[in-house]
Amino acid sequence: MWIYEKKLEYPVRVDTCNPTLAAMILEQFGGADGELSAGIRYLTQRWTMPTGQAKGILTDIGTEELAHWEIIGTIVYKLVKDAPINKIKGTPFEANYANRGKALFPQNAAGVPWTATFIQSKEDPIANLYEDMAAEQKARATYENLIKLSDDPGVNEALRFLREREVVHFQRFGETLEIIKDYQNRKKHY
Amino acid sequence: MDKKQLKLLNELMEIGFSLVETNLYLDTHPTDERALRLHNTLSAQYQELEMMYTDLYGPLKATSMSQFPWRYIEEPWPWDIEYCGCNY
Ligand SMILES: [Fe+2]
Repeated sequence: MWIYEKKLEYPVRVDTCNPTLAAMILEQFGGADGELSAGIRYLTQRWTMPTGQAKGILTDIGTEELAHWEIIGTIVYKLVKDAPINKIKGTPFEANYANRGKALFPQNAAGVPWTATFIQSKEDPIANLYEDMAAEQKARATYENLIKLSDDPGVNEALRFLREREVVHFQRFGETLEIIKDYQNRKKHY
Repeated sequence: MDKKQLKLLNELMEIGFSLVETNLYLDTHPTDERALRLHNTLSAQYQELEMMYTDLYGPLKATSMSQFPWRYIEEPWPWDIEYCGCNY
């Protein structure tokens, strides 16, 4: 089960009102390589993992991804919360506003809703871990694009923090891959 | 949120984040004694600080104790906090 902690993993500061940037950052809220995809992917892959170690790392990284999803939602919300209507008109955020105002929805920067087809889950642990490592690299690359698009210093600090976390996750999944390969080799020999 | 509360929350967030790091590291290095010692030290610090915060400002977790009336639902929620303009 999960217990919610009423705090963010990182103190999000947003210095500007920028609906266009908010719309772009939705890529990490509900996009294919975003934080929701990451969290649901890792947490869903847990059931058939062969070792306690692999079940643990998927649980804990999956849980951290949900905390990142909350950080991203907070950035998006803070970028639009004080925006008057004339600062929304003509921006890519206008389509969201037409439907739901300033409310958040798991969609990507182009407005495509989140779908489970963004992720995969296999009984084969090696296939899962390669997917997970690729996902971390894709998320890192997306963060680098967003950092280039953003000129909000506070937002950039948070995006850099999140980018760094993808690098750490990639490292931990890589270590897990080696541990699982060892485990499978040992099983073959006995 | 006043400065004192924000300062305590920021301290808690910092230690909480360090615990995420030691947690993930230990998941793939379970026999690293130094890392485990660090994790245990951070864990003790976190529990102490969380207890202090909860006493003053209400629960961060719905499983914690609260004064009357139930303080868990008090504003602000994490996404409404202004983290800027504070020295921590
Ligand atoms: Fe990640």
